[in-house]
Amino acid sequence: MSVLVFAEASNGKFKKAAFEAVTYARKLADKLSIECVALCVGTVNGAEELGVYGAQKVYHINNNNLDNFDSQLYTSVISQVVKKLGIKIVILTNNSTGKSILGRLAIRLNAGSISGVNAIPDTSAGFKVAKGVYSGKATALFELKTDIKILSVMGNSIGVEKIGSEVSVEQINVEVPVSKLDISHGKVSEGIVPLPEAEVVVSAGRGMKDPGNWGIIEELAKTLGATTACSRPVADSGWRPHHEHVGQTGIAIRPNLYIAIGISGAIQHLAGVNNSKVIVVINKDPEAPFFKAADYGVCADLFDVVPKLNEALKKFKSNV
Amino acid sequence: MKFLVCISKTPETTSKIAFKENNTIFDESGVQFIMNPYDEWYALVRAIELQEEFGGEVVVINVGPDSNDIIIRKALAIGADRAIRVNDNALSAFAVASHIANHAKSENYDIIFTGKETIDYNGSEVAAMVSELLDLPFISYASKINLEGNTATLERDIEGGVESVKLSTPFVVSASKGMAEQRIPNMKGIMMAKRKPLEIVQPEKIEETVVALSYELPEKKSGVKMVDPNDMDELVRLLHEEAKII
Ligand SMILES: Cc1cc2nc3c(=O)[nH]c(=O)nc-3n(C[C@H](O)[C@H](O)[C@H](O)COP(=O)(O)OP(=O)(O)OC[C@H]3O[C@@H](n4cnc5c(N)ncnc54)[C@H](O)[C@@H]3O)c2cc1C
Ligand SMILES: Nc1ncnc2c1ncn2[C@@H]1O[C@H](COP(=O)(O)O)[C@@H](O)[C@H]1O
Repeated sequence: MSVLVFAEASNGKFKKAAFEAVTYARKLADKLSIECVALCVGTVNGAEELGVYGAQKVYHINNNNLDNFDSQLYTSVISQVVKKLGIKIVILTNNSTGKSILGRLAIRLNAGSISGVNAIPDTSAGFKVAKGVYSGKATALFELKTDIKILSVMGNSIGVEKIGSEVSVEQINVEVPVSKLDISHGKVSEGIVPLPEAEVVVSAGRGMKDPGNWGIIEELAKTLGATTACSRPVADSGWRPHHEHVGQTGIAIRPNLYIAIGISGAIQHLAGVNNSKVIVVINKDPEAPFFKAADYGVCADLFDVVPKLNEALKKFKSNV
Repeated sequence: MKFLVCISKTPETTSKIAFKENNTIFDESGVQFIMNPYDEWYALVRAIELQEEFGGEVVVINVGPDSNDIIIRKALAIGADRAIRVNDNALSAFAVASHIANHAKSENYDIIFTGKETIDYNGSEVAAMVSELLDLPFISYASKINLEGNTATLERDIEGGVESVKLSTPFVVSASKGMAEQRIPNMKGIMMAKRKPLEIVQPEKIEETVVALSYELPEKKSGVKMVDPNDMDELVRLLHEEAKII
C-alpha cells in the first residue's frame, strides 16, 4: 500500500504546486507508515528531484501523447497505475489540471474525493480532512468513507519542504488512449509564477485611476519577486488581463504576503484573498473596509507611498 | 443542437456565513439564495447565444428541493426552453453528478455546460464526474466557446495563461468568466417562464461517499497595525522581523 502523488510537469518542468503536492503526500504517507510514490507523465526533465520533496519512488510514463493535457487520457493512465500498484490514496494539485481530473478519477476508481484540502488528514479514526468552503469564509471537515480516496491540495496550504533526497526514476508502462482533443497553446506568461502558486502577490484596484499607471505596481512586484493581481473592475475594463483577477469570481489565492493597493476590500474581493497569511493594505480612505481584514495598513495616496515602499524594500534587499 | 446547462443554488455573495446545531449545519436563516454566478452569467447565457445562432434547445437541470424552483424559473426567464429538477437534497458532488448523468444518458445532448465551481462548496468536481459517467471529453474553465458544425473551438484558463482546444461534440464544458455577458431577464421573459415546462424527476438512491462532519469559522484577525506613510522602512522592518515573511 502507498500514497500516489501525481506530479504535473508543464513544458517539461515541474511547478511549485507539484512539489507541494509531493511534500503533502509524503507527510501523509509517514503518518500512515506507508510509502510515498510519485508519478509523472510525458516529457519531463529532472524527475529525480521529486525525491527531494519527499517521493520515495518515482514512476514516469514516457509518452509524448501526454504532453498536452486531456482529462480522459490522464484519468486513464493514472487509474491504470493505481490499479497496478494497489494504491489507496491519490494526491493531486488543486490547479486547473488537478481539478479537471479529480472528479473523473473518483468515478473511475469508485473513490471518494475532496478538492482543495488545506491540511494533512486526520487518520486517528476514519479518514477526515479539512477544506475551505464559502469562498474561504469557513472551513469544513469532511469524512471519506471509501476504500480509495483522492484529494487535491490547495496551493500554499502546507508549503514546499525538502524532506528527502533524489531518487532514481523508473519507467512504467500503461496503455495511452488516443486523444479526441486538438490543443494549441496561447499566451502563457513565461517566467512569472502563476497566481495560485505565488508566495507574494502585489495587487491593485481602481484606485490606480488608469492602466498607464501600473509601472509602480510592476516595479514593486519585481523588487519582491511577486506576481501581480487585480480587482475585478480592473480586469473587466480591460486595464489588466483576466487571469490577474482575484476574488470570488476570479482566482482564490493564499500567498504568504498579499499587498492590496487602491482596492476597497469589497466582500467579493476578500473572498478570494482572505486566506493570505499576511495582508498589507495601502488606501487613502481610512474607512476602506479592507483595513479591517489587514495586518498592516498604510493610509495614504498610493502614488506617493508605493514608490517609497519600493525604495525601502530595495534598500533592505541590498543589505541582506 | 441540444444544450444542457447545470444550474445550482448558492447563498448570495454578501451573505453572513454561520452554522448551527453544534457547527454541523449551515444556518440558512436570513440568507438569500441566488443562481450560482458562473452558471447564470456564463454557462447559461452562452448556451442561449449558441441556440439563438444555430437553433435547437437549451435545457436546464438542477438537483435540489422545490425551494430551488425560484432559480429554475429565473433560468427560464433568461431564455432556457425547459427545465428538469431532480428532487433530491443531494449533499455531495457525486450524488449531484450521478443524477445529472442519469438524465443526460437518455437525451443525446451535444454540449453539457456547468459553471466553473459553486461559490459555496468551491468543489469544481461535478463537471468532471458527469464527463466520466458519460464517457465524454471534458474542457474545464473555458472562457470562450464557438461552434462550426459539430466542431467546437474553446479557450480555457490555465495557470498564467490560456490554452486553445478544438474538438467535436458531444462534450462537457465548465464555464469561467469571459464566456458571455450577464443577461437580466425582462418582463416578457418572466411572463413566458411561467408557461415553460418544468419536469420534476424522482431521484434514484445514491450512496454518499463523502460526508461533511462540521464547520468552523476562521479566527478573527488581531486588528490592523497602521504604519506611518512617511516611514516605509518601518513597514519593511515589520514584515521582516514581526511577520517574518520577507
Ligand atoms: C457577484 C459579485 C462577484 C464579484 N466578484 C469579485 C471578485 O472576484 N473580485 C473583485 O475584486 N471584485 C468582485 N466583485 C466586485 C466588488 O464588489 C467590488 O466592486 C470591487 O472589488 C471593487 O474594486 P476596487 O476595490 O478595485 O474598486 P473601488 O471599490 O472603486 O475601490 C478603489 C479604492 O481605491 C482607493 N483609492 C483611490 N485612489 C487612491 C489613491 N490615490 N491612493 C490610495 N487609494 C486610493 C479608494 O479609497 C477605494 O477604496 C464582485 C461583485 C459581485 C456583485
Ligand atoms: N445541485 C446541482 N444541480 C445542478 N447542477 C449543479 C448542482 N451543483 C453543482 N452543479 C453544477 O456543477 C458546477 C460545479 O459545481 P461544484 O463541483 O459543486 O463546484 C456548478 O457550477 C453547476 O453548474
